[in-house]
Amino acid sequence: MSLAHILNIWPHSPALSLIIALLGAVFLLYLARKPAHKAIFSLSRVIHNGFRMITRSVLIAENKVVERNKEVLLTAGERAAEQLIEREFHRVDAVVRRDMSGYPALQRVLAEQIAHIDEDYRESTELPVPPPDWVKAVETLAKLPSREDKWVANILGEIHKTAVAQYKNAMEEYRKAVAKRHALLEKMMPYWRKLSQTLDQVDKTIIGLHERTRVVDSRMTEYQEIQKKTDREAGRLRASSTTQFFISAFVLLIAIGGAVVNFNLIALPMSEMVGGGSYIGNFKTSNIAALVIILVELAMGLYLMESLRITHLFPIIGQMDDKMRTRMIWATFIILLILAGVESALAFMRDRIAADMQALRQALSSVETAQPTIRWIPTVGQMVMGFILPFALAFVAIPLESFVHSSRTVVGVVMAAVLRLIAFALRLLGNAAHYSGEFLVNIYDLLIFPALWLETLIRNKGQQTEGKDVTDIQDIIVKEEVS
Amino acid sequence: MKKLLAFSLVFISMLLSGCTDTTSHSQGVYMLLDSSGTYKQEVKKAQAIINYLLGTLQPGDSLAVARIDSASFSEKDIIAKMTFDRRPSVTNQQKRLFKQKVDEFVATVKGSAFTDITGGILQAVEYLNETGSGTKYVLIFSDLKEELAKSHIRDFPIQLSGCRVVALNVTKLRSDNVDPREYYKRVEAWQARVEAGGGHWRVINDLERLDTILAD
Repeated sequence: MSLAHILNIWPHSPALSLIIALLGAVFLLYLARKPAHKAIFSLSRVIHNGFRMITRSVLIAENKVVERNKEVLLTAGERAAEQLIEREFHRVDAVVRRDMSGYPALQRVLAEQIAHIDEDYRESTELPVPPPDWVKAVETLAKLPSREDKWVANILGEIHKTAVAQYKNAMEEYRKAVAKRHALLEKMMPYWRKLSQTLDQVDKTIIGLHERTRVVDSRMTEYQEIQKKTDREAGRLRASSTTQFFISAFVLLIAIGGAVVNFNLIALPMSEMVGGGSYIGNFKTSNIAALVIILVELAMGLYLMESLRITHLFPIIGQMDDKMRTRMIWATFIILLILAGVESALAFMRDRIAADMQALRQALSSVETAQPTIRWIPTVGQMVMGFILPFALAFVAIPLESFVHSSRTVVGVVMAAVLRLIAFALRLLGNAAHYSGEFLVNIYDLLIFPALWLETLIRNKGQQTEGKDVTDIQDIIVKEEVS
Repeated sequence: MKKLLAFSLVFISMLLSGCTDTTSHSQGVYMLLDSSGTYKQEVKKAQAIINYLLGTLQPGDSLAVARIDSASFSEKDIIAKMTFDRRPSVTNQQKRLFKQKVDEFVATVKGSAFTDITGGILQAVEYLNETGSGTKYVLIFSDLKEELAKSHIRDFPIQLSGCRVVALNVTKLRSDNVDPREYYKRVEAWQARVEAGGGHWRVINDLERLDTILAD
């Protein structure tokens, strides 16, 4: 029924027709009030429950992602800690092998030095001078009573001379013996020094080992913490991983800059080789060729780093035996070297083509410009850049590995956050559906308020009449009882 | 094993041929120089445009310069034509040679009695279609006043589908100054003729903006 029909219910009176139509509509809506309320409520409940179910699924998915993230982080952290501990043990092993393996020889040297010192010491000990036998004879003569006797005095004088001579001899020999002892003790000095140095060396080794063991201890503590799988440890690893992600992304951006410079260096001369006017799709063949060269260099760099076991992106390369790995190192290095040479040559060619183009442009514009005096500097600079950039790009493998590993956790964290946001939005929508049901019911009642008002009026009147009837009946009963 | 190898080779060659771009990305430019009467004085300006084109066109592109004389539908009127080599170094040499030919023409140009623009356009379309260029430009360096010799028939539609016709330096004649409607009528008549033939029409009178010639 169109609006024209509605306005023509009462002919020639659209206002009246509209009022009749509205009254009819209100009446019909009043009649359908209860089923309509039920329908609105059930619809809002269905939507609300649907959203709640989806929210629950999303939250479960988010929990799984969080769990997976934690697992990935802890596994990566555990592996990293294991590698660090392994490296520390290797260092300890290297120290032990280097220093401790020399200990038997060192011990022998020490024993020899000690034996030397001991021998020298024994030789340098001071032997007591044996008392001369004639001392007793002198004592006996000294006790003789007649000291004034000339003969006795002569004898004593002679004895005195002999004793003095003897004394001098004895002192001479004693001095010689002391000097010899001193010489022996002086000979001991280098042995002492050597012994001291040897012991210092041992001390340093022991201290180094002690420090290594302390590092191993701290690493082991970290490892144990990771194995406990605590949230604190997961948080620490997450922060570390995020930092790694941003650092590696920054370094990769620098590498991309280097690749762009490299591309510009070789794209023009490549057109001399593959033709400047040929296209693959919408791209110049020379540009694609230049890009391919750069990508091949990157790939070679990746293989080289893998073969050197600096990165671990391709397990198959890491698992190769050492002989094969060494061959691979040489092969990739030689290919990189050749590509660097090619790039250097292309850079030279680029310089020549650019100079030729410049000359042509000058001829076309009929403008004479001064030739640069030092033309070889940019040429050499470009050639050196062309040679170095492939090797520089080879090192991209290191930040790339870091980026790949850290992006796993960062992407996981972002995904969890997105899921949480989706869950929040869904819950919000569910609640909105629930309350919009109530709102629609109220709007429905507002539309039919004249009918509801009448209903309330009639009901109140009915209740008053019923109340009056009840009072009359009670009065009659009371009167009957009284009578 | 041999079968496998042969199959692999066929497959790779099919892949490669599938990747090859069949659409031409090269540009073809045919420039018509009006050498009639008073317009002969303007040829120096045309030389600057040709130099600009030589500096702009890439390896693989084609360029031809022809004069408009009394009967322009002829290869004899082509001053220089060249499809540049794919190698930039060879292209540079070709451009030098091209410039030399144009310079020689400018130095020895002689005025013609009539102006057969239609014949020149027909010759241009023929040349551009032969080059197989992806984008075709016909540059008309003229005042667009066509004067035909008796018995020359040129009042028929021209096929210019896929061609962009650019009228350069359309100077106003003395009669145009008396009645400017003549100028507009002349330009509109050419526009209608070009567009009826499936071509795209443009007029560039400001020669300071040469970069707009091959802009679209």
